[in-house]
This record gives sequence, C-alpha cells and structure tokens, in this order.
Amino acid sequence: MLGFRLTQRRIAADSIPSTQKHADFASAEAPQSLGLVTKKMSVDWRESHPVAIELRHAFRSFGDHAVLRDVSLEVRRGETLVLIGESGCGKSVTTKLLAGLLEPTFGEVRWDGRPVRGRPQNEKRRDRLRLGYLFQGAALFDSMNVFENIAFGLRENTTLTELQIQQIVHERLREVGLADNVIGKRPSDLSGGMKKRVGLARALAMSPDIVFYDEPTTGLDPIMSGVINDLIVQTQARRHVTSVVVTHDMNTVRRVADRVIMLFPLTGLADDESQIVFEGSRHDVFETDNPRVSQFVRG
Amino acid sequence: MARLPRGRVVWPILYEVGVRSVPVVCITGLFIGMVLAVQSYDTLSQLHFQIHIGSVINGTLVKELGPVLAAVMLAGRVGSSIAAEIGTMKVSEQIDALQALGADPVAYLVVPRFLACFLMIPALTMVAEGVGIFGGWFVSTQIYGVSSHHFWSYSDRFVSAFDVVTGVLKSMSFGAAIAVIACHRGFRCGSGAEGVGRAATEAFVASFIAILALDFILALLTIQLMKLLLMMGVQVT
Repeated sequence: MLGFRLTQRRIAADSIPSTQKHADFASAEAPQSLGLVTKKMSVDWRESHPVAIELRHAFRSFGDHAVLRDVSLEVRRGETLVLIGESGCGKSVTTKLLAGLLEPTFGEVRWDGRPVRGRPQNEKRRDRLRLGYLFQGAALFDSMNVFENIAFGLRENTTLTELQIQQIVHERLREVGLADNVIGKRPSDLSGGMKKRVGLARALAMSPDIVFYDEPTTGLDPIMSGVINDLIVQTQARRHVTSVVVTHDMNTVRRVADRVIMLFPLTGLADDESQIVFEGSRHDVFETDNPRVSQFVRG
Repeated sequence: MARLPRGRVVWPILYEVGVRSVPVVCITGLFIGMVLAVQSYDTLSQLHFQIHIGSVINGTLVKELGPVLAAVMLAGRVGSSIAAEIGTMKVSEQIDALQALGADPVAYLVVPRFLACFLMIPALTMVAEGVGIFGGWFVSTQIYGVSSHHFWSYSDRFVSAFDVVTGVLKSMSFGAAIAVIACHRGFRCGSGAEGVGRAATEAFVASFIAILALDFILALLTIQLMKLLLMMGVQVT
C-alpha cells in the first residue's frame, strides 16, 4: 500500500508560498500573556493550520539530569517552526520527543491528536514513516554508500522494486542538488555539506509529511549554510511539508521560520518559570524586548 | 511484530563473524595443541604413559579447550567489535536514524549478530579442535616419536561422540552469551570516543567472565547428564 502511495505521489513544483505566509504571520499577532511567552498566533491562523504534533506537559530527564520541565507546544500543519535556544536547553530532546525517538519521562506526545504512548509498535512504526529526520551530524550509516543510505527506508518499509527505488533515489539526489556520481561514495568520503544533503535526501525518500531538521547548518561555512537554508525553504515549497527546525543560527531563523519558540536551560530558570521563554513570529523574535531572547538573538 | 532482518543484512555479518575468524582460531588452536603436547609428554613420559598422549590432547581439546578457546577468540575479535560498532552508531545517532527510517534497532542490529555468533561458533570450535589436534599429533609423532597408531587409538578410547556434541552445545551457549553481552554494552555505550572504547573493553571482559562461568556450570551439568544417561542404559562413550 505504501509502495503504491509512494509511486503515486508527485512532488508539487508549484510556486513558493512562503513569502505570503510570512506576511500572514507578521500581521496575525494576538498578544497574550503566558508567563514569559511574548506573542502567539491568531485564532484564524490556528483554525486553518490544525495541530500535527503536540507536546503536552512534557518532562524529560537523563538520570538525575532534568532537561525538560513541563514543556507544552504544538506544531501546526504546513508551518515551519524553529526552536532556538542555547546549548543544553533541550531543543534536540524536544524534537526527538516530537518525532517519537524518545519518550517523555512524564507528559505526552500526540500525533494527529492521539497519544503516541500506548500505540501498538506496528502502528507507531507506520506513523513514524510520515516523519523525516535530518540529524545534526547527518547520521549516515557508515557501512553503506550514499545510494544504500537513501534507499534504506524504501527497502525496509515498501515493496517497491529495485528499479523504482533507484528512480526515487536519483530524484531525491537531484532535489538536494547532488550529482549522480556521489551515489557510490561512502559517508567518510563526503564533505559536511554533502553529508547534510544526503541526510536530507534520505529523510525525504519516504515522502514524509513532517520534516525535522536538527542543527542543519552547524559546522558548515556560511555559503553552505545558505544552501542548506535554501533547501529547507525549497522542500517546504515543493512538498508543503510541516517543518521543525532546531538551530542556533539566526540566519536560518530569518530565512526559514514561520514561527519561533525559544527554550531556556533549566539551570537558569526559577522553579515557577516556563522553559519556553518566547513564542512568536520570526519578525517578533528580532524585535522583542525580552532580555533573554534579545541577548541570544543579538549574540 | 518487528520484521526479521533480510539476507543482505545477515550474510555479511555471518561472513564477518564466521569466515574472518577462521585464521585467528586456526593459529591459536594450532599453538594450543602443540603446547598441550609438549606439556603432556613431559609429564606422561615420567610415568611411562607417553603412548596415551593422544587421549590427553584430544580429550582436553574436545571437552574444554576447543569451545573455550574459540569463544575467547570470538569475544576478543567479534564481541568487542560488535560493542564498538553499536556504540559508535549510538553516539553518532545512527540508531536514532534507524528508528526514524522505520527499522527496529533490535531486529536490525541484534538479531543478525546473535544469529551469527550462535550459528558460527560451533563451526569455529570444530576448526579450533581439528587444528589443535593436528598440532598435538604433529609434535607427539614427529618430534617425540609417539606412534601415530597409539595416538589415534587412545584418543578414540577416551573421546566420545557425547563429548563432541556437548562441546558443540557448550560453544553455542558461549556464542549466545557473547552476542547478548556485546550488544547490550553497545546500546548502553557512554558518549564520545571514551564511551565507545569502554564499551568494547567491557564487552570483552564481561564475555570472558561469562564464558568461564558458563563453562563451569555446563561442565557440572554435562557430567550429571552423562551419569543419568548411563543409569538409563544409554551408550554415551
């Protein structure tokens, strides 16, 4: 069934709606008070963008080390949500919770309004295929070449023939701007930027509805960072996916964000303070007078 | 239910664990067999029992040293490698990537490695025993002048099919223990290169201890089993 769905799906190469969408976000501000959260989106926008993934009162610890405390957030269909914050504030953990790669110590994660915990493994596995994940270091499989890395999900989860898989792999490589001659190379033979692109091609191979980008530009030079940011925008435009981006890079925020959430490390917060210190549009994040946010944004 | 690993995943691991372990198992088996001959001949010749040297060498290799030796080599060569490989995958988020791509890390990483260790170690044990016996025979007959006829006839009298079968079963339990311990250490690997190195070392040390402990328990059990079979009138020698 999935194989059939994959072969039937076509990449929508329509125009980029992001500029218009950004304008909508900028004008759709409805200030609310929620602890230190500065601004939230309008009711109209919320209604037109149903919740795809939700974190409800999530706590997460590793041993005695608490990383997340009572974090609640929503990712809405079609938006690009950017999570910012200093190192160790729990951004990557938050995305792994949202993607079902980690479970919260307390609290719950919901996909399409239903809790993830308690779902049968098969159902969870099937639903997870709707999510693509670009890892911080790309996390390409060392023992496989580029082709095998991109084809991995297709081979594991579909009944597509090798010829169909080859077509999809070549298509994805073109989509991320890589030539076909990289196909036989091992991850160790690739530059940082190429690894990220192959990682993105692998994440997109199963035509996901939601794509997570964990520090997509970390360790890359400014030019390659720009290329990766462009790819995020192009992927959003072509595929109309929901995107969650974790980054420190304010250029990425400027380039890709519809909505921005800033997390703060628990070590710098009082017990009654929310870990989400900012939520708003990408324009707000550069204009806020919240000292925690402005200090991070301006460096 | 998790999908079982496919052939293209299992075959390379079987090759890595089984075929690529053959040289090291052969070399260690050969030298152990030869050393056994040297040490046994020295003692047996003082008692004028040197013609029994075949029974000592072959009995020791088939019942104890063959399975233990192959298992220790497997723990050192393969167990540490499994722990380091899985540990590196964990540290570099490749295990998360497996999950994100719809694969079950246990089915994809642990099951093939368990199967490889469990199924390949009997063959490696047989190889170690065969080469060790050859080494012992060579030293006994070519260096110390024991007749080949005496070497094999006394071996035949003191080594039974029961010993061969229990040796193989013992080796399978060692293989299973090595795979489980190595995978466990890999999945519980700490962060960074230090964590990976520690996981590899711990996998070998824990496997080695497990092999010796299992060997002791299984030695007791096989002797009890042999007694029980003899009482039931089953011919086991």
